[in-house]
Amino acid sequence: MEPQSCVNIHKEWDIVGARQLGREMAKKLGFGTVDQARIATAVSELARNIYLYAEKGQICFEIIDNIEHRGLCMTAVDSGPGISDISQAMQDGYTTSGGLGAGLPGVKRLMDEFDINSEIGEGTRIKAIKWVR
Amino acid sequence: MDSKFKQLVIDNSDSIVQKWMEEIGSLKSGNYTATISDELYEGTNREFVNVIFTSIRNQGSTKAVEDFSEKIINLGWPLSYITDGLQVFRRVSTEYLLTQSDEMDSTYFSNVLTSVDNWVEPLIRELVNEYSGSWEHILSLQRVALQELSAPLIPVMEGITIMPLIGTIDTERAKLIMENLLEGAIKHNSEVVLIDITGVPVVDTMVAHHIIQAAEAVRLIGSTCILVGIRPEIAQTIVNLGIDLSNFPTKSSLKKGFTKALEITGRHVVDIEVKENNIEQLIKSIQGE
Ligand SMILES: Nc1ncnc2c1ncn2[C@@H]1O[C@H](COP(=O)(O)OP(=O)(O)OP(=O)(O)O)[C@@H](O)[C@H]1O
Ligand SMILES: [Mg+2]
Repeated sequence: MEPQSCVNIHKEWDIVGARQLGREMAKKLGFGTVDQARIATAVSELARNIYLYAEKGQICFEIIDNIEHRGLCMTAVDSGPGISDISQAMQDGYTTSGGLGAGLPGVKRLMDEFDINSEIGEGTRIKAIKWVR
Repeated sequence: MDSKFKQLVIDNSDSIVQKWMEEIGSLKSGNYTATISDELYEGTNREFVNVIFTSIRNQGSTKAVEDFSEKIINLGWPLSYITDGLQVFRRVSTEYLLTQSDEMDSTYFSNVLTSVDNWVEPLIRELVNEYSGSWEHILSLQRVALQELSAPLIPVMEGITIMPLIGTIDTERAKLIMENLLEGAIKHNSEVVLIDITGVPVVDTMVAHHIIQAAEAVRLIGSTCILVGIRPEIAQTIVNLGIDLSNFPTKSSLKKGFTKALEITGRHVVDIEVKENNIEQLIKSIQGE
């Protein structure tokens, strides 16, 4: 297995491809079924946000494996419109598309580490890590 | 000029076919067709070259072309088999025509190329169109079949209907679920509708949102919707996402959901013990005496 692999998100079914790769890597790293489901769901949220708001982008997975810790890192990158108010977007229930507004805050809770960068007109970059326990 | 070349190629089809067969045969090893038996490969090649020559002889014989591309699809061979075959034919017949003449000026050369292109190109177009057309046809049939499977409703008993969902849910399918659910609940006059998500691999916010909306709509037409088959890991992720399902009934298994549905419709399951007792007594009485 490659230490890093990426999936391009262009159409809705690419979300499924990203999810499957994320789950497969999580399984190989030894995550349990609950964490596998958490990772697959987080991938689904980030990939769908790319598809909905930026039209296209990429999800990359990277295995972290050193003496201190082991884990799976996912990075979602797009060059879409960006998010004007990040703290607002991170609030439960905030949505601009009539959704539940649970995606971003949900990913933060599903994963152990979460980092978001966004620039209006430049795009959005979200990095999230789950550690193997 | 063209008809002269054509006659030359047709008259000498034996040596051209032989050369073509050799070249195509050498493509086999280490290629996409490596696992195909030699007899089948050779037989199909022979058919292929016949199609090519039929088409050169009387332009417009589409039936043979149609049949052949359909055969290639049924065999599961890739499109490159067709394009490779025609490329090789182009090369072999060009080479043959060039060796048949002493004139080697550029006009002759370009005449040969133009002629061969004129024979091969319509054939490439036709075969490729046929091939991809058949694929599109198969694909659209499968799409219909899949759609029929994607949100089925089973009226299990008076007033109780089950919708078992298996596989990934995309937006198109989510809409279909909603439509079928409402239509079915009304048609079957269902008091209770059970949505079974045991087979859904991931429940993300989009799926949850659509299920919540569907349940809400079912409630508006006066029925109850119970979400069943929530696997433990799915329950955890739903909680992590912060999705509130407290407003509508959920059960971990279809069995529990069904019992609940019976309760709502004023029924319950009774074991037919009486009968078994009778049988036991009967056995005893036979053994006893
Ligand atoms: N990649 C992105 N590019 C631009 N805007 C984004 C991106 N991701 C999220 N947003 C904005 O942040 C808001 C909140 O996102 P979040 O995923 O939390 O909720 P949602 O997508 O609206 O609904 P849900 O995910 O619950 O279906 C979105 O409505 C959108 O306006
Ligand atoms: Mg979202």
